[in-house]
Formats: sequence, structure tokens, C-alpha cells
Amino acid sequence: MTIRSVRRRTVRLAGGGAAALLALTACGSSGPSASSAASAGKPSGTVTVFAAASLKEGFTALGRTFEAAHPGTRVVFDFGGSDTLAASITSGAPADVFAAASPRTMQTVTDAKDAAGTPVTFVRNRLEIATPPGNPRGIRGLADLAAPGLKVALCAAEVPCGAAARKALDAAGVRLTPVSYEQDVRSALTKVELKEVDASVVYRTDVRAASGRVDGVEFPESSRAVNDYPVVLLKNAPNAGAAREFVALVTSPEGAKVLTGAGFLAP
Amino acid sequence: MTSRTPSDAAARPGRGGPRRPDARRLRRGVPPALLLPALLGLAFLVLPLVGLLVRAPWSDLPRQLADPQVWQALRLSLTTATAATAVVLVLGVPLAWLLARTEFPGRRLLRALVTLPLVLPPVVGGVALLLALGRNGIAGRWLDSAFGITLPFTTAGVVVAEAFVAMPFLVISVEGTLRAADPRFEEAAATLGASRLTAFRRVTLPLIAPGVAAGAVLAWARALGEFGATITFAGNFPGRTQTMPLAVYLALQDDPEAAVTLSLVLLAVSVTVLAALRDRWTAAA
Repeated sequence: MTIRSVRRRTVRLAGGGAAALLALTACGSSGPSASSAASAGKPSGTVTVFAAASLKEGFTALGRTFEAAHPGTRVVFDFGGSDTLAASITSGAPADVFAAASPRTMQTVTDAKDAAGTPVTFVRNRLEIATPPGNPRGIRGLADLAAPGLKVALCAAEVPCGAAARKALDAAGVRLTPVSYEQDVRSALTKVELKEVDASVVYRTDVRAASGRVDGVEFPESSRAVNDYPVVLLKNAPNAGAAREFVALVTSPEGAKVLTGAGFLAP
Repeated sequence: MTSRTPSDAAARPGRGGPRRPDARRLRRGVPPALLLPALLGLAFLVLPLVGLLVRAPWSDLPRQLADPQVWQALRLSLTTATAATAVVLVLGVPLAWLLARTEFPGRRLLRALVTLPLVLPPVVGGVALLLALGRNGIAGRWLDSAFGITLPFTTAGVVVAEAFVAMPFLVISVEGTLRAADPRFEEAAATLGASRLTAFRRVTLPLIAPGVAAGAVLAWARALGEFGATITFAGNFPGRTQTMPLAVYLALQDDPEAAVTLSLVLLAVSVTVLAALRDRWTAAA
């Protein structure tokens, strides 16, 4: 009870800050206001997208496509951990679109009634084992990770990639003690890139993004722990019109093509 | 607060004794131009703490404190921060002396380099440590092949990361004290036949003890709160490298209430330790 009332107070405070920020950005942007342009049907102005860190490569490409198709628009991204982004949104951060790496983090936003409409799953991601180039330890599947003397980094169970890795390891019946439970998927990948560990369990898209610096090993149990990525337009979107167009691009066949190119699976 | 009026101060002139005339002078009245920003500054520092206290899940506190992982992380934090402070003292005091008492080319550059860990984002510091002392690092490779020592993902690695970020606090504090200390005492010791090392041990060190102590406390506090370099260099494994700040960060991902509890435990312990230490020195100084 106390927690909830405090949170409401925080939201109101943060909302005030957001309003001030909005006023500032409104002063900064030239030309017709975003809402009037949106009602006229032609997207313009800045679209602010909060997206899971794993979407960086794919969304950056889609942002460029969007800006080219709609001159006068600009897509600004904040890539980060889905939990952190969700917390910013429920505290009143002025964002238009939220794309999360898990339904659970999206639920934080929908539960707080900060979403406009229902989230749509637009891609899925699955796990892969990342090894240093050339796979020097000859890892072929999850069972090999339990070999004695092998240093493995996993994501912590608190973050989505860690929860998925645990599910896959359970499905494979593999018990292993990693040297570290990393705070996010990119730091688990970095440990492999620096060759401080012999392997880590990360997303397929991360292996793709670091191609050349790490090798990927697929394993069948990854199908048991597939992550859905939902996207939604936010209720307090400062530029809802253009943002709706961006969500349409993300969920379109063209968007799917770009994102599968980055290693994602179609929903 | 209780003794701010001049009459009150006059009524209790004996407090503090003749050795502390400045304490009496302060009680004569504080100019608003100083008081107002001072109180604002205090509020600025204390308000986030109040936020934590208000948001703390008090009713759930006993259950969360019963979790052995909390105490494991706290014990690890206290031991590693203390070990890091010891490392910093052994290496940092001589370094500060070198910077304050000797002349050599490139000394100013060296001083700037000492503050490097302050400027470097701690996560970057952690990566730098991996590149230097990791399994494939420039020095770490040699450590591994010659002695079989690998620092990443070990408790020793936590101490290394904490000492790295905490060192500048001690060095800067001790160097400042050394510069303020009168070098003629050391010169006098030298004329009486003391070697430079003896003079350092018997004259300089006692002279700068308050500065060393203040620097050590700053370093300890910084080491206790260290997050970025630790999680990057030493990783995160309960009981081995998971210190309180790491536990707090991970709890924040899926259980913010537990994160608040953990933060409060860390704060309570560190405030208690620091307050106890502070009283001891001001009494001694």
C-alpha cells in the first residue's frame, strides 16, 4: 500500500519534470507542432524510441529507413536494459515507442497504464553459445559447458537472458557453475570477446552483431527458451502520429526483413 | 541547533575548552549567506536517503534480512573494502610522498595520471583492468604462466578493482597534507642524523596521520560502494565476487523492494562505521 502511494507520488513528480522537458523540446522544434502534423496524416518531428539493447543494430537500420521515407522526421533511440527502460517510462520519461526484450518487462508498462493499445510481438530471439573465434575448446552443445576447467559466463537470473539460459540448461538437464552471473547480455558477450571466459550463453543476435570477434554454436534446447519481443505505442507519446507510423514499419514485412537480417526470428 | 543563541554560547564557555576557540566563534551566529546554502546542500544530500527510507518495505524487512545471501554479500563487501584500503595505504602513502617531496621531470603528468581512475567511468576501468591483468592481459598473461594466478572472477580480483578506483582518494588527500606540513621538521631530523626513511617514519608519518586517516576513510567508503569496475573485472558470483552494490543492482532488475532493503543495510553499516571512526579522530586531533 505505502509503496503504491509513494510510486504514484513519484510518477506525478516525474510527470511534472517530463512536462517541463516537453515544453522545452516544443520550443526547440521549428515548424508546425507534431500533433497537428500527425492529424494531417503526414509524419514529422522527432520520434523517441526506447528499445532493448539487443535491438540496436536492427532498429538503427529501421530508423534510417523511416527517416528516408518521411523527410522531416528524426528517430532518436535510447537503447538499454528492458527493465531500466520500463522503469523510466513508468516514471514519466517522454518516449513515444517502447520495444522490450521480454513480455514481463512490457507488462510493467501496461500494468502502469502507460501503453496506448495492446503490445504486438514483432520478433523473437533465441540463445546461442558464444565462443572465442575458432571455438578453441571445441564446444558443440550445452553439455560441453559443464566440462571441468571450462570458464563460462551466464547472465544473472534476474535479467531476461539469464532466465532464458536457465530454462534451456534445465531442459538439457545440464548443471553448471559459471565463473560469473553477468548483469546483462552484452557484458556476458564482452567476457568472451576479451577471452576471459571460454564460452557464454547469449542471444543469437548478439553473436551476429559481434561476428568476427566471437563464434556462435547453436543448440537444440534453445527452442525451449525463445524470447518474444513486444512493441507498443506509449500513451503519453509526445509525437503519437509519427510514432504510430514507426511501429507500423517495425511490424511490417519490410521491418521483419531487416530484423531477421540481424539474427532475429520472425514471430 | 540547541545552542545557537549568543547568550547560550556565553553561558557555556567551558565547553570545548580553551583549545578549541573556533568552536566558540561558530556559536556566535552563522551568517545567513552561509547557513542557507549549507542547509540546502545538506537537504540535497539527505533527501535521497529519505526517499529510500520512505520507500523501504518495512513490513517485509525481517523476511528479506533473513536471506543468508544478504549477509554473505555484506561480509564480502566489508572484507574486500578493508583489504583494498590496506593495499591503497601500503602503495598510496609512498606514492603521495614521492609526488609531494621529490622533483623529477614529468611529475605533473604523473600527478594527472594518479587521478585517472576518478575520471574513467568505472566500467571502463574494469575493462582496462581486464586488458592489463586478465587472462589475456598484458601483465595478466605473465601472471598466469609464471605463477598460475588469474585475478578475474576471484575475490582477489574484487580487491584489485576496488583498490584501483579508491587509490586516488588516498593519494590526493595524503599529498595535500604533505604539502601543508612544514618540511623543516624533516630537515631538522636530517640535521640530527636521521636518514630520509627514518625521518619519513618517525617525523613525517606522525605529522600527516590525520590526512592519512581521512584519505583511508574516503578510500574505504569508495571501495565499499564500488560497482562498475568490480562487476566488469571480477564478475558476479555469490559469496566470491558478489559485493553489496552488485547484489543491489541485480535485485533492482526484478525486485526493487529487495534492492531498497539491501541499500539500507549497506548504508546503515557504513554510516555506523564512519561515524565511529570520525569520533575517534576528532577526539585525537
